[in-house]
Amino acid sequence: MEQSILFLAGSILMGLGALGAAVGIGILGARFIEGAARQPELIPMLRTQMFIVMGLVDAVPMIAVGISMYILFAVAG
Amino acid sequence: MASGELTSGAYIKHHLQNLTYGKFPDGHWGFAESALEAKEMGFMAFHVDTLGFSFILGALFLFFFARAAKRASIDAPSGFQNFVESIIDFIDENVRGSFSGKNPMVAPLALTTFIWIVLMNTMDLVPVDWLPSLAVVLGIDFLKVVPTTDPNATFGMSIGIFILILYYSIKEKGLGGFVGELTLHPFGKWMLPFNFFLEGVNLLAKPVSLALRLFGNMYAGEMIFILIALLPFWIQWSLSLPWAIFHILIVLLQAFIFMTLVIVYMDMAHQKEH
Repeated sequence: MEQSILFLAGSILMGLGALGAAVGIGILGARFIEGAARQPELIPMLRTQMFIVMGLVDAVPMIAVGISMYILFAVAG
Repeated sequence: MASGELTSGAYIKHHLQNLTYGKFPDGHWGFAESALEAKEMGFMAFHVDTLGFSFILGALFLFFFARAAKRASIDAPSGFQNFVESIIDFIDENVRGSFSGKNPMVAPLALTTFIWIVLMNTMDLVPVDWLPSLAVVLGIDFLKVVPTTDPNATFGMSIGIFILILYYSIKEKGLGGFVGELTLHPFGKWMLPFNFFLEGVNLLAKPVSLALRLFGNMYAGEMIFILIALLPFWIQWSLSLPWAIFHILIVLLQAFIFMTLVIVYMDMAHQKEH
């Protein structure tokens, strides 16, 4: 019983984190392409900024993946 | 760990256990033999592997960069000199772009954080079993190779940055200016406790988010490498190679973000009056 709850917790952790980041990075990429199409001469600057924000957004689901992997394989497994 | 029967949980936990030197509950100092003993030490414990690897990497960075600086020549630049110059140009450009104050310390600080974190993160790309099994051969039970997968290391760096933020805030704005910024800012002086709460959370979130972001990314990456290492020997490359290539991006990106945020925070500390 306890183990199955741990598995559920791990998978919810991973899934919801991925969901949020997917929406976020999707919007980010769309806006980047939009900006790049409007002003191609700004692409290097925009790319740097995009990577900064992508790293910020990406951090949360990556942390969730790490913790849920730990729960799934080391605590429950 | 080289013993015969081994569950995956025990393998993972063994890989995530730091080599801890600390004070036992009965008062004497020594290395912890198990995770439980390390936990019992509580606060009075040093993670020798984290400290050792980060110091060694920091020393390597200083040694090579100092050597490149001493041997720098205009007529015949060596390859390494060009490499160092390109890194310094890159940092310089970033600092120029986002730091508007006047402080000769910010660019070296950014360079140090960037290179040091890159080096520490790069330890993640060393196959997970090499150094720990070498350590077992040498008689050391636990070894966690990547310093940035230890929250103590990342919090150490971010608290250092936090102290610098406080120091330069008070130095540039004066104590009154800094306290005023914390208490009078969004809603004027009649909402002082509320302002202070908001700005206080804002201030304290900086070191916490810096440290946890770096730690979380590296920890997750290391975790996935460890899980891949649980697979049979002959199939590991098919997963660890793509993940390692993707991880190079994370290694550089997280170091870059840490550096950029350090510059931005220092810039905020230097800004007078909004």
